Amino acid sequence: MKRDDFLKHVGWTGAGGIAWSLSGTGLFTAQRAQAAEGGLSFVQISDSHIGFARPENPDVAGTLQKTIDAINALPLQPSFVVHTGDVTHLSKPAQFDAAKQMLSTLKAPLIVIPGEHDVIGTPQAFFSAFRRGDAPNGWFSWDQGGVHFLTLVNVFNFEIDGKLGTEQLDFVKNDLAAQKSSTPIVVFAHVPLYALFPPWGWTTEDGSTVLAALRRFDAVTVLTGHIHQIVQHTDGNIRFATAASTAYPQPAPGTADKPGPLKVPDSRLLSVLGYRSVEIAHNAATISDRSLQT
Amino acid sequence: MKALLSGLQAILLAFALTSAAGAAPPSLLPAVATVHIKDFKYNPPALTVHAGDRVTFVNDDDEAHTVTASDKSFDSEGLDTNGTWQHVFIKSGTYHYLCELHPYMKATVIVLPAAPAK
Repeated sequence: MKRDDFLKHVGWTGAGGIAWSLSGTGLFTAQRAQAAEGGLSFVQISDSHIGFARPENPDVAGTLQKTIDAINALPLQPSFVVHTGDVTHLSKPAQFDAAKQMLSTLKAPLIVIPGEHDVIGTPQAFFSAFRRGDAPNGWFSWDQGGVHFLTLVNVFNFEIDGKLGTEQLDFVKNDLAAQKSSTPIVVFAHVPLYALFPPWGWTTEDGSTVLAALRRFDAVTVLTGHIHQIVQHTDGNIRFATAASTAYPQPAPGTADKPGPLKVPDSRLLSVLGYRSVEIAHNAATISDRSLQT
Repeated sequence: MKALLSGLQAILLAFALTSAAGAAPPSLLPAVATVHIKDFKYNPPALTVHAGDRVTFVNDDDEAHTVTASDKSFDSEGLDTNGTWQHVFIKSGTYHYLCELHPYMKATVIVLPAAPAK
């Protein structure tokens, strides 16, 4: 199957999902996933915008709760749940409190990355709610299940949405230099690291520095949020996937005059919101995006 | 709260600066101009006022925005749909501002020296 043909099939998937081989020469091959035996699984959620109250979704707390319930009902609990940012709509302490209270009911351990909506004016409210002892600046890395995970923050520069900055780039370069090329790498951030759609700010200005440092690895998966829809993209050894929101969709790149909340018929809302399961087993990663529509 | 306090400080400062000259405190007057935020644009993109003038910013968009000075000398923080925020421009000069959530949204306020009392 040609890659272009294959990409058309990627999107919401049912049980089973689609696996990409993480081994070999950087060429990915699609195959039906086998049930994970051992290995590691995690869940990504994104863009909950607690505090948003508009017709596009008048109950963002309700849809986040549905997401949490669905994850808690998974027969195999993930090793962790990562929230890739925009937990809140306006960085208000009360919004963080409400979000944290809900997210704390997840059975699996939680990792939270800020989005630009979480650091309006100052990142203080975000850090009060979600700062980790091992990540005083917000970014960090760790090894789990044979995978090297890297969590980045690209929303701290108020004049450029999507920028990592020198200090973080140095961290990334040093961190990756210590890894073997055969180690699967998974990177999390809020804003897409590549130029997905720069006219709407859907890019990271200095993301190419990170991508250059990721080139020598056999297989890299970069999972982000920000654009409230699933877009998959492959560039050599790097596979990119943005996640759906738990709150509301946004227009596909360039299909509207501007980004922003997209109104869909009420009956369709749950079908465009959801979460993502990722299973890594036998050196292959399976990405399964699941909508809240039951 | 931070924005409110800075606005309050600006009002007090404006009062102190102008009451000596016997003019009405400009900050207690209605805003002289309004900038509307719509379709990810500030309108007007360049606004000219006089020192001591109060300007209202209104978010008419269906997305949240901010009014944030490039030098951080003022910051509305998050303005939701229909949110309004006011700022008194004390000193003359050219102020560039942007939306922290969508930094490609940029605009300017040009503040001329205070208008002479009529």
